[in-house]
Amino acid sequence: MSSPSSYYIPHEAKWPIIGSIALFAFFAGFASLLNGGGWIVMALGAALLVYMMVRWFGEVIAESENGQYSAQVDVSFRMSMMWFIFSEVMFFGAFFGALFYARTFSGPWLSGLGEGGAAATNAVLWSGFDYVWPNNGPEQLGDNYTPMHWFPLPVLNTLILLTSGVTCTIAHHAIKHGDRAKMVRWLLATCALGFFFVIMQAVEYYEAYAHLNLKMTTGIYGSTFFMLTGFHGFHVCMGAIILLIVMIRGTRKHFSATNHFAFEAAAWYWHFVDVVWLGLFIFVYIL
Amino acid sequence: MSTAAAGHHDHDDHGPAKGWTRWLWTTNHKDIGTLYLLFSLVMFFIGGGMALIIRAELFQPGLQLVDPLFFNSMTTMHALVMIFGVVMPAFVGLANWMIPMMIGGPDMALPRLNNWSFWIMPFAFLLLLSTLFMEGGGPAGGWTLYAPLSLQGGDSFAFVIFSIHFMGISSVMGSINIVATIFNMRAPGMTLMQMPLFVWTWLITAYLLIAVIPVLAGAVTMLLTDRFFGTSFFNAAGGGDPVMYQHIFWFFGHPEVYILILPAFGIISSIIPTFARKPLFGYASMVYATASIAFLSFIVWAHHMFTVGMPLAGEMFFMFATMMISVPTGVKVFNWIATMWRGSMTFETPMLFAIGFLVMFTIGGLSGLMLAITPADIQYHDTYFVVAHFHYVLVPGAIYSIMAATYYWMPKWTGNMYDEKWGKIHFWVSTVFLNVLFFPMHFVGLAGMPRRIPDYNLQFADWNAVATIGAFGFGFSQLIFVYVIYKCIKGGEKATDEVWEGADGLEWTVPSPAPYHTFEKPPAQYS
Repeated sequence: MSSPSSYYIPHEAKWPIIGSIALFAFFAGFASLLNGGGWIVMALGAALLVYMMVRWFGEVIAESENGQYSAQVDVSFRMSMMWFIFSEVMFFGAFFGALFYARTFSGPWLSGLGEGGAAATNAVLWSGFDYVWPNNGPEQLGDNYTPMHWFPLPVLNTLILLTSGVTCTIAHHAIKHGDRAKMVRWLLATCALGFFFVIMQAVEYYEAYAHLNLKMTTGIYGSTFFMLTGFHGFHVCMGAIILLIVMIRGTRKHFSATNHFAFEAAAWYWHFVDVVWLGLFIFVYIL
Repeated sequence: MSTAAAGHHDHDDHGPAKGWTRWLWTTNHKDIGTLYLLFSLVMFFIGGGMALIIRAELFQPGLQLVDPLFFNSMTTMHALVMIFGVVMPAFVGLANWMIPMMIGGPDMALPRLNNWSFWIMPFAFLLLLSTLFMEGGGPAGGWTLYAPLSLQGGDSFAFVIFSIHFMGISSVMGSINIVATIFNMRAPGMTLMQMPLFVWTWLITAYLLIAVIPVLAGAVTMLLTDRFFGTSFFNAAGGGDPVMYQHIFWFFGHPEVYILILPAFGIISSIIPTFARKPLFGYASMVYATASIAFLSFIVWAHHMFTVGMPLAGEMFFMFATMMISVPTGVKVFNWIATMWRGSMTFETPMLFAIGFLVMFTIGGLSGLMLAITPADIQYHDTYFVVAHFHYVLVPGAIYSIMAATYYWMPKWTGNMYDEKWGKIHFWVSTVFLNVLFFPMHFVGLAGMPRRIPDYNLQFADWNAVATIGAFGFGFSQLIFVYVIYKCIKGGEKATDEVWEGADGLEWTVPSPAPYHTFEKPPAQYS
């Protein structure tokens, strides 16, 4: 089975076109909502998208459990997941790039540092603005605020995520030795830590909005803070849901010591969000 | 064993499914390739129609046909349609058709995902084109969507942003599929350095796409939140910087222009050896040159922004890095010429388009070298000289390579030879009108005519009238292309399996037309 003496080719696929319709409804609905319209089309699109994913993944899981996939298909899945994670890295790269650009160039230039017309621009437009990080710009958009301190919540969240990486690895070793029950137990711990992280992040956002006057509208600091942590939090949610599904599959006797691609894909994804968090913790919270 | 039974079952149905739903649900790389190519052809005429509106307005000075806002939305949409709706889907269509056959694979690695990659495109462009009918008109701030101008658009803004996200999903999924196919589906024994160059260039293109499309997604997401959620990424009052948008955008945008040309290099590297009846000169150096171009494409982006007010060190770095790209590109042009040197050349239509590519792409490359010189670019920036430059690399570059590929591989796709006489007429008429259209843009550009303006100074009138005549001639001569394709699908002289006398590669070992499933068992040539 492992050597490609004949190839696996799936039948006609009916879910992709439904996925396209769902995405179209979601995007068109979202855009209408932003233009002051209703939210129903967007919600319907999102619901259809979720339904499509459940059914499509369901079919793939069933085929996998029937043993229809050769080792070659397994490799295709693995490669695809790796390249998908690479694309996600580049997506976060855009926002980290914005953070570094704002801190290294925009801020100092607005305060008059640097060659060319920076000093004159500062004198005419933004007189009196001195660059410090964090800042909310020469016009102090969003008024006075308190920056988010790295202690205690972000440190706690760092510990949570790092611990979840360990529990995930223990689960991985368990399934590699064929111990499905142990895998489920440790995945349960991983998911719990993941959702705990999301709850802590929500608490942090509540603190920011309610007590620190730190909002998305708080100039460049608020923009980078909420976009980076927000997209990361969204990815943690996704990763935790994926791990949860892998865990449920484990309780249904899926996976074996040699055949557990879905577990490994979920684990890679989890380690990826972990690493992004470490970058966030250093560059958004500490430095 | 259920595995074997299920695996066997998959090979029972050899032909395509019945009825029109075949195209909706297909997982076959040839069906999906055909869909991509037809979609691209339709969009070519939509984008071309927009170009003709632009040229008609510019036929003489003054405002006569359309109002300036609509003119601006035409320049914006023309670019978005041609880049994302014509050139990229056409290359993906060619990749779908040819890569599995060239590497001796049965299909793409992820056939169902492949279906989704295609079927996103019509919906994404429905979203984009619908903006033309919205309050405030379509996007009119240029395809680069520079902040703050793009943020001031009407209702169309959010739709444009989401349509870019939408087609980005398609591009990333398609590219992941192509990478997985090339790495995992090659015939046993075929090493990377035995792959045809079209496969190599697409591998590197797919890598570029996976790397930079998410960056574009991030950039336009920041635009979206700046407009609707009060962030300050591109707002100096809040500590951001509009120039930051340009940096992030062009970090995507420059690799993007190589995404639009690297597969073309692969096509030309397939065609020239066939009609010169000699192996490609310097195969390994072609691979390394492609990889070098891909690497350099990540460190030259700010040459699009020389007039924006960068520190001098930045201007110098990006100038020299840009000039360095002419080295690997020169290697390629040299290799193509050396392939033809003392070859037994014949000049069928694909070869004509390939040679047209070689000559006119080089013109575009040389004007690019002029634009790379920072002090000179300060004069050329945002003039028609830039328009002339990138149309020379995109039209007789990317588009000609796609046409060359179509003529070259169409006999394999349809089983019929295309009409050689009309193919040659198509080439010559296109080439004459194309130069009438784009060459005068160099003159008006150097004389200072700005881009993206519906009106212009009287001194530019003559050459603009000439360019408009060329535009309509070029546009309508593409109907010949449609005629030749239609005629070839309908019938014609039967093509042999090899099709071309000097052709080399696995795709010429299978029958013409290629059977619905080509390599159900791996070919043995390489093991």
